[in-house]
Amino acid sequence: MNVPDDLLYTESHEWIKREGDKIRVGITDHAQAELTDVVFVELPKIDRQANAKEAIAVVESVKAASDIYAPVKGTVVEANKALEADPGLINREPFGQGWLFVLKIDNPDDLKNLKDAAAYKKQIGG
Amino acid sequence: MTESATKKTALYDEHVNLGAKMVPFGGWLMPVQYTSIMEEHQAVRKNVGMFDISHMGQFIVEGKDARAWLNTMLTNNVEKLDVGQGQYTFLLNDKAGIIDDLIAYRIDGTRFLLVVNASRADEDLAWLKKHARGDVKIESRSANFGGVAIQGPRIGELLVNLPERNHIVDLEIDGMPISMARTGYTGEDGVEVFFQNSDASKFWNKVLEKGKELGLKPCGLGSRDTLRLEMCYPLNGSDLSPERNPIEAGLGFFVDLTKPQFIGREILLKTKESGPRERLVPFKMKDKGPPPRPHYSVFQNSERIGEVTSGTLSPSLNWGVGMAYVSTPQAKIGTQIEIEIRGQKFPATIEKKPLYKK
Repeated sequence: MNVPDDLLYTESHEWIKREGDKIRVGITDHAQAELTDVVFVELPKIDRQANAKEAIAVVESVKAASDIYAPVKGTVVEANKALEADPGLINREPFGQGWLFVLKIDNPDDLKNLKDAAAYKKQIGG
Repeated sequence: MTESATKKTALYDEHVNLGAKMVPFGGWLMPVQYTSIMEEHQAVRKNVGMFDISHMGQFIVEGKDARAWLNTMLTNNVEKLDVGQGQYTFLLNDKAGIIDDLIAYRIDGTRFLLVVNASRADEDLAWLKKHARGDVKIESRSANFGGVAIQGPRIGELLVNLPERNHIVDLEIDGMPISMARTGYTGEDGVEVFFQNSDASKFWNKVLEKGKELGLKPCGLGSRDTLRLEMCYPLNGSDLSPERNPIEAGLGFFVDLTKPQFIGREILLKTKESGPRERLVPFKMKDKGPPPRPHYSVFQNSERIGEVTSGTLSPSLNWGVGMAYVSTPQAKIGTQIEIEIRGQKFPATIEKKPLYKK
C-alpha cells in the first residue's frame, strides 16, 4: 500500500500536504481500497470553518457512506469540484487528482498532532 | 455487520490468493470484492461472473412424508414441483413473519434440497426440526458441501447441458459429482452449482480457467448485492425480517393461499383481505446525487411515510436506487417521494419492478 513519506496522516485515514499556511487533504490509498469504488462525494462549502476532527465531507462508495474529517482547525478555501463529475478519481489517484479540499489552518502547531508516514504505516499494518 | 465471523468456506484460500477483500457476512468470512464492485457487476451483466455461495445453508429433507410436510412449512406449493424442479418460497413464523426466504428443489420422489440464507441457517434448521412430523428426516449438509453461482449471458458458452430454468440436475464434471441448478440472484441467466467441499477448489479453478476467454470474473458480495437490488430481489435481514410478511414485501406470488394449511396462512389471509399497512416498493432517485442507504427516512409532503431497506448506486444505471417500506396508500408506481439524506430531502419516484431492464 502506497504511503508517501512527504505527507502527514490522521488516524481516520486522511492525508495532509502542507502548502504554506494551508493544507491539502485527501484520503489515503489504504482508505480508498477499504471503501471500494467511490461513487459520490459531498464536498465542504468554501469559507466553512471547521474544528479538528469535525466531519466536513462525505465519501460514498457502492457499499457505504463515510465521513471525512478536518485534520486540524481551519477554514475551507478550496474544494475539488472535479470529484463531482468523476468521484472515481479518489480510487485512481488518491494522493493526486483525487484530493478533497484545502484548509487555511489557524495554527501550524496543530500539525504536530498528526502522524508521519512511519506512524501511519504502522497503524494500517503495512 | 460487526459480528465475529469465524467460519471460512472451502474456497477461502482461493479468495485470499486472488487478492479479495474479506468481510464478515452471516457468520462467515466472505469476499466483498476482488478488484472492483463495478467491474464485477458489469462482468455478470455483460459476460459471466462466479460467486462463492458456500456460506448458504444446504438442507436435505427426506422421507415418505417429506413432500406433504414441507407443504405445511413453506408458503409456495411444493406439490407443484416435478422431480428436478425448484421454487422460491418462504419459511414463516407463527405470526407469518419471514424467518427465511429459500429455494426448495425436489430431488426425487421423497427427497428435497433446501438452500437457505447463511445468517438464518441455524434458526431455519431448529424451526424445521421443531415442527417435524411423520416420516421426515431433516439434515444439514452445510458443513460438507459448498457451492458457486455462475451468472451471466455467456453461461451457455461456458457450460453445456444446462438444466431448464429453475431445474436442478446431478452431473459429473471431471470426476466431481455436482448438482447444477438453473437459478440465481442476479437477473441474468446462470446456474448455481453445489459440490462437496473436497471438490470446491478444483471446481472453482476449472471454471476460472475455462471462463478466462469469456471475460469471467470472480465476483464478491458487493456486486451480488447491487445485481440483486437492480432486479428488486429481496435480501433477508434488510428487506425481509420476522416483523414483515411476504404480502407486505410484495412477494405474494410465492405464497399459495389455496393450500389448506401452512404456518402463517391465517394471518396472511387477513393481511390480504385488509391490505398490509406498509408495502415494499422499489424507487429511483430523481436527480444525480448521493445514493440512498438502508434506514434513511422516506417522506411525502413533509410526512414520514416509510424507511429505506436497501439502497445503492446502481452500477448498470449509474443512478441511485433502492427499496423501501412505505405506507400502503402511497405505495403506488409513479408516486413522488423524498428520501432524507443527512438532513436534506432528495426527490425520488416509486418504480415498477425490476429497476433495471435489459
